[in-house]
Amino acid sequence: MSRKHIDLLARVLPGWLLPAALVVLAEGAMRISGIQSDGLALPSQIAAALLSLLADGDIFLRSVETIAPIAVGVPIGGAIGLLIGVWLGLSPVAAQLSWLSVELFRPIPPVAIIPLTMLIYGIGIRMEAAIIAFACFWPMLLMTRDAVASVDPRLIEVARMLGLPRRNQIFKIALPAAAPRIFTALRLTLGIALIVAVTTEIAANPFGLGYAMISAGLSLRPDAMYAFLVWLALVGWSLNAGLVALHHHLFGAASGAAAQ
Amino acid sequence: MSKWHLRVGSLLVALSIFVVWQVVTQTRLVQPIFLPSPLATFAPLWRGLTHGDLLTLTLVTMERMIYGWMLASVAGILLGALIGLSPGARLLLTPMLELLRPLPASTLLPIGIALFGLQPSMLLGVIAFGAIWPVLLPTIHGFGAIDPRLHEVARNLGVSRLAFAVKFGLPNAVPDIIAGMRLSLTACLIITVVGEMITAQEGLGATIMMAARSFRSTDLYAGIILLSVVGVVNNALLGLIERAAMPWRDIQA
Repeated sequence: MSRKHIDLLARVLPGWLLPAALVVLAEGAMRISGIQSDGLALPSQIAAALLSLLADGDIFLRSVETIAPIAVGVPIGGAIGLLIGVWLGLSPVAAQLSWLSVELFRPIPPVAIIPLTMLIYGIGIRMEAAIIAFACFWPMLLMTRDAVASVDPRLIEVARMLGLPRRNQIFKIALPAAAPRIFTALRLTLGIALIVAVTTEIAANPFGLGYAMISAGLSLRPDAMYAFLVWLALVGWSLNAGLVALHHHLFGAASGAAAQ
Repeated sequence: MSKWHLRVGSLLVALSIFVVWQVVTQTRLVQPIFLPSPLATFAPLWRGLTHGDLLTLTLVTMERMIYGWMLASVAGILLGALIGLSPGARLLLTPMLELLRPLPASTLLPIGIALFGLQPSMLLGVIAFGAIWPVLLPTIHGFGAIDPRLHEVARNLGVSRLAFAVKFGLPNAVPDIIAGMRLSLTACLIITVVGEMITAQEGLGATIMMAARSFRSTDLYAGIILLSVVGVVNNALLGLIERAAMPWRDIQA
């Protein structure tokens, strides 16, 4: 092992020591005390439940049920938010005129429209996708607006002086300059979408990982409940890590600091 | 256009949204069961607030949210200060906290129900625990990012560790803490509403769920509007706290 590897190990290892120690401690303490609870499971039982869920493919089916409404809702809500955000970012007058409407409608908690979408669509993918679209629309709009508004005005001035048509000012100057921050907005929006999807499934929609978790809990299978929780943590973490890596790949390390 | 013109304009834009809403419902473009007209929505809302129990329900939900938020904030700041001031604890804990952070706070609800049953205190605990992350992580960062030279100065002057935390650490961390508390309050509102929906405890969350299940759409819209008002009030309140806690921000701006 080279010096670099040892350094990396010294940095990464302590962070994994504590969780590992906690898992071992929990296993030991629960075995010795012989505690019986409908809400607790031995870490070894949780691992076994996770393995069996992975083996029979159930967990992948549930994941697809959660990801499908995200794949429908994020493009819809995100695209509308992106378009309006670009418009408001380019035009300060439009941004000022929309100020009150944004302040009035943005604070609607996405979970508050769960019952409304249930009333309109019933249960299923459409209802969940509608909530996700609504939840993604606002952060995408606001972050895109701020990203485009903070593009150096001199870039636009130069483009105008050089006689670049308005359309090209937007597509060749403003949007590329704002692209790294818009991508960060997309990454954060996807994180929100996953949270909203799981929350909707826990609260109302009997599909996906969220429902799998709560139904495992209610049917007194804490090992499966925690197994789904561990899986969700892995999915959420790898989604974020993958998008951060993609950000670095697309825009280089220089803009990577802003992405963190 | 002057600033004053733009303010009036933004009011007109907001009003025109309500006009469009009225027109859409009057021409029956959308069925009234899905979208009742503004008048049909606001009249029962007003009646429910003045004569019915909507005001009580709103206050119950807000109370739960505020208590959860205060618990999360106090616990988050204390724990964050302890972890942030000790480089060893930061090294050990940060990766674990980063792994837990992307977990949806609502996943705590099934666990809370399985462990403690459907009690009001269980819901409060879930709200507090779910909303602690947005405070905890920035606080750790705020206390951890103190200039090392300040550490040296404090040591040479013989400042005790507690005094260092309060006099050097806290002012350094306040902007991070306040920004975190803002996110935390939003999270509290969301977990409160979801928690009320699942556990059917008194509050706006349970009320709008029942309204949707029995197709009482005006009651449903009244509840959604009240929840948005709670959101607007939260934002305004936090603006005030921000200004009170960080008076230097106004001078810079």
